[in-house]
Amino acid sequence: MLESLDLSTVDWSRGQFALTAIYHWIFVPLTLGLAFIIAIMETIYVKTGNPEWKKITKFWMTLFGINFAIGVATGIILEFEFGTNWSNYSWFVGDIFGAPLAIEGIMAFFMESTFIAVMFFGWNKVSKGFHLTSTWLVAIGSNLSALWILVANGWMQSPVGMRFNPDTARNEMVNFWDVLFSPVAVNKFLHTITSGYVLASLFVIGVSAWYLLKKRETVFAKKSMIIAATFGLLSALFVASTGDGSAYEVTQKQPMKLSAMEGLYEGKTAAGLVAFGVLTPGKTYDDGKDPFIFKIEIPKMLSMLGYRNAAAFVPGVNDLANGNPQYGLLSANEKIERGKIAINTLREYKEAKKTKDTIKARELALNFDENTVQGKAFLADYFKYFGYGYLNNPKDIIPNVPLTFYSFHIMVGLGFYFIIFFVLILFFVYKHDFENKKWLIWLSIITMPLAYIASEAGWIVAEMGRQPWVIQDLMPTVAAASQIDSSAVIITFILFAVIFTALLIAEIKIMTTQIKIGPKDGGTN
Amino acid sequence: MFENLSYLVLQQYWWIIISLLAGLLVFLMFVQGGQTLIYTLGKTELQRKMIVNSLGRKWEFTFTTLVTFGGAFFASFPLFYSTSFGGAYWVWMAILFSFVIQAVAYEFRSKPNNFLGQKTYEIFLFLNGALGTILVGTAVATFFTGAEFKVDTMNLVDITSNKLPVISTWEGPANGLEAVLNFQNVALGLAVFFLARILGILYFMNNINEKEIFARSKKQLLINTIPFLVFFLFFVGRLLFIDGFAVNPETKEIFMESNKYLNNLLQMPIALILFLVGVVLVLFGILKSIVKDSSNGIWFAGLGTVITVFTLFIIAGFNNTAYYPSSADLQSSLTIENSSSSFYTLTAMSYVSLLVPFVIAYIFYAWKSINNKKIDTKEMEEEHHLY
Ligand code: HDD
Ligand code: HEM
Ligand code: HEM
Repeated sequence: MLESLDLSTVDWSRGQFALTAIYHWIFVPLTLGLAFIIAIMETIYVKTGNPEWKKITKFWMTLFGINFAIGVATGIILEFEFGTNWSNYSWFVGDIFGAPLAIEGIMAFFMESTFIAVMFFGWNKVSKGFHLTSTWLVAIGSNLSALWILVANGWMQSPVGMRFNPDTARNEMVNFWDVLFSPVAVNKFLHTITSGYVLASLFVIGVSAWYLLKKRETVFAKKSMIIAATFGLLSALFVASTGDGSAYEVTQKQPMKLSAMEGLYEGKTAAGLVAFGVLTPGKTYDDGKDPFIFKIEIPKMLSMLGYRNAAAFVPGVNDLANGNPQYGLLSANEKIERGKIAINTLREYKEAKKTKDTIKARELALNFDENTVQGKAFLADYFKYFGYGYLNNPKDIIPNVPLTFYSFHIMVGLGFYFIIFFVLILFFVYKHDFENKKWLIWLSIITMPLAYIASEAGWIVAEMGRQPWVIQDLMPTVAAASQIDSSAVIITFILFAVIFTALLIAEIKIMTTQIKIGPKDGGTN
Repeated sequence: MFENLSYLVLQQYWWIIISLLAGLLVFLMFVQGGQTLIYTLGKTELQRKMIVNSLGRKWEFTFTTLVTFGGAFFASFPLFYSTSFGGAYWVWMAILFSFVIQAVAYEFRSKPNNFLGQKTYEIFLFLNGALGTILVGTAVATFFTGAEFKVDTMNLVDITSNKLPVISTWEGPANGLEAVLNFQNVALGLAVFFLARILGILYFMNNINEKEIFARSKKQLLINTIPFLVFFLFFVGRLLFIDGFAVNPETKEIFMESNKYLNNLLQMPIALILFLVGVVLVLFGILKSIVKDSSNGIWFAGLGTVITVFTLFIIAGFNNTAYYPSSADLQSSLTIENSSSSFYTLTAMSYVSLLVPFVIAYIFYAWKSINNKKIDTKEMEEEHHLY
């Protein structure tokens, strides 16, 4: 089907989703992390009663508000895009996927927006204790909103807790807790929010370093730095360990993504982890070329991390595309065949229903009933590959390897660098030697944008690495889109690009102006 | 407890929640209405500042209610979500754009060096106020007049033809914009627009302590009530006499029934009573403010709005009615039975819905603690966080 189809609607919808999601993700991690940093600062203020800390809290709160507004603006689009641009997806999995989105609204967004009002307008109106509670509730609320959307995303990477209903032609939820506590979702949530804390810490350190460079507000800047570096170091360690957890889950649930992350074409036992590498440009999966021009490998580490066993076999792109009977891997062609059988079985069932051929319909229905022997076998051997039926070619199941590989290595490399960076900052701040270390001040400023790069790179690994799937193995991206004219999506794409870029410029200008004004009594309007 | 209910009762429970959210959303659109009156009511910079700040402390609620409304609709009636949003693409996109520009406008408007200039952000607020209300009203009117879509789950298993395997498709080329060609749809859109302005005015009379703004508000109240009544009565008048989209409860077949919505009101007397109470409350809120210079009209008109919109949704979905009818293919029309989530999901979501009273309680408490006095000039000088 793929070959002859006009895919421009799908491609532009992907572009639009990527564009809007990437914009959203510029602002979200700062919201997630800064909320906690502010709450910690205000707690110190309430504990010590020192007005200096109130000033510090208020200053960062002003920046928080500017960032938050645009985070909200970019978020609403994403929610509705599932309907407008991925309408088929919305039906196929809406029964499961809609729930977290709704809970997010009821549980998290109201909490955030209510207590943010108290946080901003309540200084002179409510008691200190209530104000502090509100600030903490903003932090908790924003992290709760992250929870639900990430549960939804985790479910797309590893669908669990559901059953396919042939009558409605959709997946239906059978166990909410399986969806919520899926290991993929749990890792994703912890990794993502803590990466937000790291980003926010680096933001606070970067801005504070700028004051030291200008020799302004030095007390304020150093106090902010201590909080941010401590919080950042703890978070960065947590990011590394949950990142390892995420990679482990990827190995189990999305082996193709893992081989793309590592640029591994031929599977190996006792496989090494590429610490640094340069890929051969233009390589295709079946051209037999060496994937790497150059690489530094840590022996056995990939098997160790992926299977918790240094001798384990790690399948490569080719094993997954061509199959590998020795390790029980089906080829892509075989899966595509089975997927087509699954789709055709569903079609026959629906036709039988339509023509009121009840005997045939009842017989075919057994295939979708996991409580029968026939159903168990059909679901495990055929329906499992339902989504493959929409594809035609082994190369269709391979994501963009260079993009996934480099994004992954940039993220991980920066992750380790951030740990060292936080240690350095803490060391020199405690030695009271920070202001004299010009190089360190500059390093702090330069590190700030790197946090954003690492964070966006993470999403590129997660989302591009899973292509062609929007729901792993069940629904390819091509089958997810809405039936609209590509010209409509092109126009909205351009509108989003223009508006979001204008708003981003506005945000940066406002933000830098507020930073230049400085923390007088906590920033002005 | 919810798992003991029947599937149909759960579907109805969720339709009631959706209707309630819709009612609350239209009420909270006083923010949008108010945004279209910034220059009409505020003649000096300070007056406009008071108006913007008065609205600025409430806009998040409208916004979040819209987001929650979308999420709840997705979770409970996913087929509506995929059919309407994916099909009437332009209408929904236009609504969304108008909310994107609103979300930054308050925070950025008065900040120094804001790139686009204060005026632009005020235009954003105006656009959101006008487009948001008119388009939402127009879109909701299609619940009664129909839309051009087809739903066929067979498309999903069609892997030989040259089409995307999409279940819901739109038949017209205008992707939703055709709704504005039907004047009945537009009439509801304009009615919502003027109602939002009325509610905005009543809110200012309640929330801002400034003589000139109050006097101008009173004058504007009358000016906006007249077109509101004209459009609203036109819409309702037609609604009662058009053919409606009925469902045969046994065969689930959709058919046209004359005076369907009038029949719904008569066959569900509670709905009829609620509808009348709602309309009377709105009018009472307006009259009280005009005649007695009262400042609490917003509570009557607001409650009336919630009840009226709620009832409109109830007669769209209950009593064997197709709430999202298809004018392109009658049998594709969506009913609360054929478009809902599974029994399990509705049950799980029903437990979540128990949080709602708790959420309303803390919103109320938090607001009372920071908002117990009207906005005045003094506060504009002293407050540190201003829009
Ligand atoms: C890990 C965190 C995270 C991720 C992956 C996402 N978001 Fe987000 N979102 C937030 C974390 C967040 C937040 C931190 O809670 C925001 C950012 C600023 C804000 O106001 O809240 C937010 C705002 C926000 C809003 C505005 C809420 C309001 O009214 O206050 C909506 C509708 C969405 N998001 C929807 C989405 C959708 C549909 C996403 C995925 C496709 C998504 N977000 C990804
Ligand atoms: C906020 C951070 C996110 C970023 C930066 C991001 C990034 C991306 C990118 C780059 C794509 C395009 C992939 C492609 O074109 O092939 C994409 C697609 C998509 N993502 Fe995400 N994503 C984010 C969050 C999410 C979340 C949380 C979800 C689900 C809840 C999600 C669901 C999707 C869907 C449905 C698509 C479209 C289908 C596809 O192309 O895979 N994304 N995302
Ligand atoms: C220290 C080493 C790190 C490791 C081993 C690591 C590992 C991973 C892995 C394997 C994924 C993909 C998960 C998936 O596809 O489902 C991922 C995603 C992601 N990473 Fe990292 N990461 C590290 C550091 C960082 C840093 C420093 C940041 C940002 C500051 C970051 C931000 C993200 C984000 C936002 C995602 C997407 C969300 C997700 O899928 O969890 N990571 N990371």
